[in-house]
Amino acid sequence: MKLLVCISQTPDTTAKISFNADSTEFNSAGVQFIMNPYDEWYALVRACELKESLGGQVTVLHIGPAANETTIRKALAIGADDAVRIDADPKSAAFVAFQIAEYARKENFDIIFLGKETIDYNGSEVGAMLAEFLDMPYVSYASKLDVQGNIATLDREIEGGIESLEVELPCVVSAAKGMAEQRIPNMRGIMTARTKPLQELPAAPFEALEQLNRFTLPPAKAGVKLIDPENMDELVRLLHEEAKVL
Amino acid sequence: MVLVFAESPRGQFKKSAFEAVTYGKKLADALGVSCVALTLGPLHDAGLLGEYGASRVLNNNNTAFEHFDSQVYAKAIADAATQLGAKVVILSHTSTGKALAGRLAVRLKAGLISGANQLPQIESGSLLVEKSVFSGKALAQYKLNGAVNIISLMGNAVKPEMTGSKLEPETIQLTVTPGKIKIKELKTQEGTVPLPEAEIVVSAGRGMKDPANWGIVEELAATLGATTACSRPVADSHWRPHHEHVGQTGIAIRPNLYIAIGISGAIQHLAGVNNSKVIVVINKDPEAPFFKAADYGVVGDLFEVVPKLNEAIKKYKAAN
Repeated sequence: MKLLVCISQTPDTTAKISFNADSTEFNSAGVQFIMNPYDEWYALVRACELKESLGGQVTVLHIGPAANETTIRKALAIGADDAVRIDADPKSAAFVAFQIAEYARKENFDIIFLGKETIDYNGSEVGAMLAEFLDMPYVSYASKLDVQGNIATLDREIEGGIESLEVELPCVVSAAKGMAEQRIPNMRGIMTARTKPLQELPAAPFEALEQLNRFTLPPAKAGVKLIDPENMDELVRLLHEEAKVL
Repeated sequence: MVLVFAESPRGQFKKSAFEAVTYGKKLADALGVSCVALTLGPLHDAGLLGEYGASRVLNNNNTAFEHFDSQVYAKAIADAATQLGAKVVILSHTSTGKALAGRLAVRLKAGLISGANQLPQIESGSLLVEKSVFSGKALAQYKLNGAVNIISLMGNAVKPEMTGSKLEPETIQLTVTPGKIKIKELKTQEGTVPLPEAEIVVSAGRGMKDPANWGIVEELAATLGATTACSRPVADSHWRPHHEHVGQTGIAIRPNLYIAIGISGAIQHLAGVNNSKVIVVINKDPEAPFFKAADYGVVGDLFEVVPKLNEAIKKYKAAN
C-alpha cells in the first residue's frame, strides 16, 4: 500500500496565546510547537500499522519552513519511511490543500491521511478541500479503519452516532480518537529517522480568498461567583435570573 | 442571494438546520437579498424552513442523497449554487457541514470560513467573519474575498427564530453522480440529544470515584433535560461510553449551560468546553483549575451538592 500522511505543526495545547502589536500575527516567541496530535496519534500511527500488516510505504508530507524538520523527523521516528517538506508558510487551508494535491496527484497514493482538525485553527477544512482537488471520496472523523484489497472499512463519527461504511480506494481519511493509540518513538526509530529520505519541494502559486484581519482574545471571565453548597436554591435563582440559562 | 444548505439526516431536520436558515435570513436581510433554502433527499416537511425565513425552499429527492457522501452532496450543492447565482452559501458546522465546506469551496472557487460564531459585519460590501481559534483561546476575524463565499455556522451560535410562514417546496434539477461510499450500518444513541446540539450538558469526572455512582448525574441531567458527558480519564477507564467524552480529543461543545461535576479542569478538557455560555463547577477542591474558567462555583462534596441541586431545580421547575 502506498500511504500518505499529512502532518502539521501547532502550538502545544498548554501554550499561552498572544499576538503581535497590531494583532495580525500569532506571537510564537517562547511557544513550544508540536506535531498536531490528531495527525500524530491517530493518522500517522494507523498508517504505520497498516504498512506493518499489509506491506507498503508510508510517506509524510509537511508544509512549513526548514525549522519544522524536527517535527518531520519525529514522524519518521514513529515509523514513516520517507518525508516531503514543501517549503512555504501554511497560510490558509486552501493553500495547504492545494500544495498537497499538487504533490499527491503524481504519486497514486491508496489512502491519504490527515487528523480530523488542527488544534490551532480548528477548521477541519483541508481534508475536504484535498479530496475535492483530487476528486476522491472523503471520510472524515474516522475512528476506525481497516483495509481489504481495494476496499477500506471505516467507522465515522456523526452527531449522536457512528456510521460504518465501505469505500473504494483511493480515498482521503481524517482521523479521530479511536483509530489508533499514541506511539512513543523508540531509540531505534529515532536513530533510523536521521537517515531516512527527506525531500524538499517548492510551493506552487495559489491565491487565498480569506484574509486575516485581526486576532482578539475573548473577553475575560468576570471571575467565578462562589455559591454556598447548602444553598442550591441560590444557584438556581442565579442561573435563571442572572445567567438566563434556565 | 444567500443559499442555505439545510441538513436533513435520515429525512428529518435538526436544530442546526433551523439555526442555519435563521442565520442565512439575517445575513440576506443585511445584504438586501433573498434567502433560499436547499434540501437534499426525501424528507417529510421541507416547507417548514419557510417559517425560519427562507423565501423559497428547494428540494431534490433523489435517493442518492439518502446517505451522506460528501462527494455526491458537494456536486449537487455546487450545482444549485451556480444555477441560482448564490453569492453566499451557508452550512452548519456539523460532521456533515465540515465534510462539505472544503469541497464546496474548491468546486465554487469560493472563500471559506468554517465555524463562524456570529453574523458577519459588512464593510463596503465585503463580509468580515469571526471565528474561535486556538481551541477557544482566541478569536480571529477574516475578510472574505471570493466572488462566492461560504460560511459554516457553529452550533448554538444563533437561536432559531420563526419570522416567516410555511412554504410549498419546489423541486430543483441537480447533477447526481453515484458515490463511492456505501453505508453499512448506523448506530445511534437513542433518546438523547447529541452532545454537539445539547443546550444543557451535565458532565462528570474522576471525582465520581466509581461508575456505579453516576445515578445522581443522570438524575440531574434528566431533571434539566440535559445530555450527559464525561472527562477523558472517565472515558479511558470505560466508566462511561467514549461518545460522552468532551474535551480536546473528544467532542468540542458550546452549550448554553455546562455543569462540571468532579472535573479538575485540565487545559485539554477546557479546550473542548470553554465556548460554553455559562459554566458551573462543582468540586470539593477549591484549588481546582476549573474554577478559573467558571461563572459559578460550588466548593463542596459532590455527593451532597448534586442531589441538593437536583431538588432545587425540581422545585424551580414545579413553580415555573
